[in-house]
Amino acid sequence: MNIEAIKSIYAFEMARTRRTLLQSIVSPVITTSLYFIVFGAAIGSRMQEIQGVSYGAFIAPGLIMLTLLNQCIGNGSFGIYFPKFTGTIYEILSSPISTLEIVIGYVGAAATKGLIVGTIILVTASLFVDISIRHPFMMVLFFVLTAVSFSLFGFMIGIWAKDFEQLNLFPMLIIPPLVFLGGSFYSIDMLPPFWQAVSHFNPVLYLVSGFRWSFYEIADVSPVVSLVTVLGFLAVCLTITAWIFKTGYKLKN
Amino acid sequence: MAPIVSIRNLTKSYASGFQALKGVDLDIEEGEILALLGPNGAGKTTMISIICGIVTPSGGSVTVAGSDILTDYRKTRAIIGLVPQELTLDAFETVWNTVAFSRGLHGCPPNPALIERILRDLSLYDKKDTMLRHLSGGMRRRVLIAKALSYEPKVLFLDEPTAGVDVSLRKDMWQLVERLRASGVTIILTTHYIEEAEEIADRIGVINHGQILLVEDKKALMAKLGRKQMTVELAEPLTAVPDALSSYGVTLAEGGGQLVYEFDASGERTGISSLLSALSQAGLRVRDISTEQSSLEDIFVELVGEGR
Repeated sequence: MNIEAIKSIYAFEMARTRRTLLQSIVSPVITTSLYFIVFGAAIGSRMQEIQGVSYGAFIAPGLIMLTLLNQCIGNGSFGIYFPKFTGTIYEILSSPISTLEIVIGYVGAAATKGLIVGTIILVTASLFVDISIRHPFMMVLFFVLTAVSFSLFGFMIGIWAKDFEQLNLFPMLIIPPLVFLGGSFYSIDMLPPFWQAVSHFNPVLYLVSGFRWSFYEIADVSPVVSLVTVLGFLAVCLTITAWIFKTGYKLKN
Repeated sequence: MAPIVSIRNLTKSYASGFQALKGVDLDIEEGEILALLGPNGAGKTTMISIICGIVTPSGGSVTVAGSDILTDYRKTRAIIGLVPQELTLDAFETVWNTVAFSRGLHGCPPNPALIERILRDLSLYDKKDTMLRHLSGGMRRRVLIAKALSYEPKVLFLDEPTAGVDVSLRKDMWQLVERLRASGVTIILTTHYIEEAEEIADRIGVINHGQILLVEDKKALMAKLGRKQMTVELAEPLTAVPDALSSYGVTLAEGGGQLVYEFDASGERTGISSLLSALSQAGLRVRDISTEQSSLEDIFVELVGEGR
């Protein structure tokens, strides 16, 4: 195991985060605070409690997930896309490092950053609404597994993307509808039966539901199903990543 | 001594059907400086990229210090340094950090003293905290070299190291190459500048259309393929070559004021002394004599021209 190489890639990526502190930390905090002011305080005060939880507190896990997904996909994809774009990828390819080590470095850094921002959002949320965490261990497990699998997902997008348009496709066009329609801001019980059925095909529903269950013990689907979904997604991402490096897809000629 | 790099029947075909390498065989000896000459698209960069792990070969094999580049890539890549042709650097990183990053990627623990020495050797130390995007082209080239030296490779590939580099930096670079060779590093450089190969290489390889046309010791190559030419400047111009000299194959030049004689420098008899005595017997007064040797460039143009 080339530990020095993993450390180097990880440190390099984390240094990039420090250089772009405003964009990477401050901006998501402001965005989330706005959500809490609008949905939590202004609109939330006129809404009924959902299964015994105030609306503002109800949406907190969903908002954390929204930020976590965006951050992880964004960082995971940019981290590997940028060297490809500038050509500095030659150095990674010609170094004595294995696929696994490259992935640990890049994905580890993207997940770390996602977790830092997610934690800051959690702290910010607790300033606006009452948050309780009934199952801290499960909460951390969902948090970390989601961060890792979506950073890996982002990493794959970064390898696949041939331009900035494709790079931004997922974070801007695909993730928001999945998150908004995945029960982040409501329980799917509130939907008509047809849309409830459709929602079950949305993987984000399972993430948000499981994550919310670890906070308030309320869920749209069983937490076990949620956990299996996250693990399954992680396994699919790992398999595709292994294939990418085996074949050199879009990395090597 | 076994060659440090051994290339056997290496081929590379791209999906488009283009064959960049058509069965290359090449042995590179430890401690030598090998210059690879070839026109654009000859396959030089493809070959280097395969050895370094950036391009996957279609067939054949390469070993570096006895290890296969595909199955034992950790061993081979740890001792190979690459200075790419393009000035690809992270715009927002500092000189120091990018050089330290390269060292880490190659599995070496941090060694600030070594990095300081490398940066000083390359006159980069006062720029160590400068962001790479603020550096000039020549400085970036030096940074790429510093990165490749940061993990003390035993085999160094320099892909067109002096393309777009000014004369003084080019001289610095040649000195650096000499120092590295003295420390035992094997150096393979590709270049368009033939005088560069002529100046610093021990052996010359000529590559074109994905094939090695020849690999030879520089001096032997120049002696074998180089032609020598003697020019005799006459006191009075001639209108025709005198019969007494016709057997030497001399030609007239400069309106009859010069006699030009081509001879084989490596041959046992150059024919110079007999030509000179024939000249005096013919009663021709000689004002000046000069000889010149064809350059590597002439040899190269001839070789590559034949391959077309």
